[in-house]
Amino acid sequence: MKSILGISAFYHDSAACILIDGKIIAAAQEERFTRKKHDPTYPHNAIEFVLKFANLKLNDVDQIVFFEKPFLKFERLLETYVAFAPRGFISFAKAMPLWIKEKLFQKNLLFNKLKEHDMNYISDKNIFFSDHHLSHAASAFFPSPFDEAVIITADGVGEWATTTVAIGKNENLEIKKEIHFPHSLGLLYSAFTYYTGFKVNSGEYKLMGLAPYGNPTYVDKIKKIVDIKDDGTFRLDQKYFNYATGLTMTNNNFHNLFGQKPRDSTHDKIDQFHMDIAASIQNVTEEIMIKISRAVREEFGIKNLCLAGGVALNCVANGKILSEKIFDNIWIQPAAGDAGGSLGAALALWHVESKNKRIVNKNDDMNGSYLGTEFSQKEIEKELHTLGANFEILNYEDLINITSENLLNEKAIGWFQGRMEFGPRALGNRSILGDPRSDKMQKNLNLKVKYRESFRPFAPSVLREDLSEWFDMNVDSPYMLLVANINSKKTIEMTNEQKKLFGIEKLNVKRSEIPAVTHVDYSARVQTVSRNTNKHYYDLLKRFKEKTGCPVIVNTSFNVRGEPIVNSPTDAFNCFMGTELDYLIIGNCFLDKKKQDPKLKKDYINEFELD
Amino acid sequence: MSFIKEFLLFLKVRKKYWLLPIIVFLVLFGGIIVLTQGSAVAPFIYTIF
Repeated sequence: MKSILGISAFYHDSAACILIDGKIIAAAQEERFTRKKHDPTYPHNAIEFVLKFANLKLNDVDQIVFFEKPFLKFERLLETYVAFAPRGFISFAKAMPLWIKEKLFQKNLLFNKLKEHDMNYISDKNIFFSDHHLSHAASAFFPSPFDEAVIITADGVGEWATTTVAIGKNENLEIKKEIHFPHSLGLLYSAFTYYTGFKVNSGEYKLMGLAPYGNPTYVDKIKKIVDIKDDGTFRLDQKYFNYATGLTMTNNNFHNLFGQKPRDSTHDKIDQFHMDIAASIQNVTEEIMIKISRAVREEFGIKNLCLAGGVALNCVANGKILSEKIFDNIWIQPAAGDAGGSLGAALALWHVESKNKRIVNKNDDMNGSYLGTEFSQKEIEKELHTLGANFEILNYEDLINITSENLLNEKAIGWFQGRMEFGPRALGNRSILGDPRSDKMQKNLNLKVKYRESFRPFAPSVLREDLSEWFDMNVDSPYMLLVANINSKKTIEMTNEQKKLFGIEKLNVKRSEIPAVTHVDYSARVQTVSRNTNKHYYDLLKRFKEKTGCPVIVNTSFNVRGEPIVNSPTDAFNCFMGTELDYLIIGNCFLDKKKQDPKLKKDYINEFELD
Repeated sequence: MSFIKEFLLFLKVRKKYWLLPIIVFLVLFGGIIVLTQGSAVAPFIYTIF
């Protein structure tokens, strides 16, 4: 038996994962334990969890691998500062102490932190370093159901690379092409995230969600700052950006070009300008991704595509690549961001470096991304008793029945089952559920439960067998990373008057039979649910369909704005008592809000810093 | 010691010897910055490092 511990940390979304004989046993993000969103610190708790789950002590682990190379990153930093000098001195003076004090000595830092897990761990000889984009590519290819694939990775920046194309065949994986910093699709998107007043590294989803409200009227202007070639390669004109050496993403040239200063989220409302900017950058991002996809399809002649890196979380762009039918099959790593780098680094060490044979799993090797913590019924009851919760224990049949009944009565339900998901999406084990047919569900969930902006759409979970009946798509999307349009049979055409409504007002118009999950452009971010990946969730959907004829449920992550997804029954109970969720189901425990002690209510809105 | 060895090997593999004087300079002067600053805090916007 051979074990590998993969770690990603010190940038954003730190995480740990463990492989035994190449099989993914457990993986989790540190934020779920520390309750600090995108926590970048050393993932002590996540490592403790994966070791415990695999029943190993750290000293038993054969190899430990970090997801990127700190020296190469330092080289990139120095060369960038030299190239831009004397611009960037302030950024340089802020960055260098951090590097000289800590980051340059990352092996030592890691070793010292690792020793805290096990006093018998005394040598750093088994610590290895992968490459940031190789880690992403490995996380996308090795767990995929393909024996051969082209892998495109795109994110902000790793060491030097920001976009790569790799070829994977069986246990081999080789990066063929790279685009280097400062030319970065991820940073371009982040620049516009910053410009529209959202938080860089977490607000990108909001920009994507805002895009359908606008018109892409600024595409031509964006193309003045991004030179896109026919094969999708691109160059960003650094005259307009400040991220390479400054402390902001954009500069005055950028603001003058688009005609406004960056939006200050504390004072300025989102208006049509920001919606049009969002639509335009989304349009350009899609154009680049589609062009790259076409070019690599033509060049390598391989029919399967794998995607990873932060840009692969842009499910709208993914949906466009799918609908363009460039590749026969697409598979996207559910933890496509840096957290998944821990997994990729470990898989790269196992297959690429150690040349271990790969056995392709036709259903993929991610176990539905249910790789995190789990709690037994006994543990759940114990935690709930300690918290003073009032709950009933239901048998499985009643649990499914009562939950589906409450869903169709337009109740908002916290649903906590089995193992926690790895990656940013809740996939039916740590989810808040609602009835998609309800006119008021989207507004209610956004404002009363999630405390987030009212323009943000919710995603549907749908029975796999009913997918094409409800959506214009007929491929698996178990990880909610593909966007498709609502089937025209289920849509409701807007009147001419309704079409004229401004931006967010459009959202209040009933545009389909499932309005809570229908975005203003009739699109939805779909999760397909099959019995073999999540039986509980499948049974619930099935029962809901039996009662209503609708095989779709609203599925949003079990958290409030700015909070990491809940990890333990305690987190779930706290979120339940701090929001207007009506019911909470944890394992076989059923909690009714009306029956809880009012003293246990929490002021949750102010608990988490808004993202 | 192993750090210096690894770093020199890195410069050799990458053929980036020209970085060496900058690094020596940084270690000397960076030490002063570290000593005077007390704590090393990352810029708040986008950590490209």
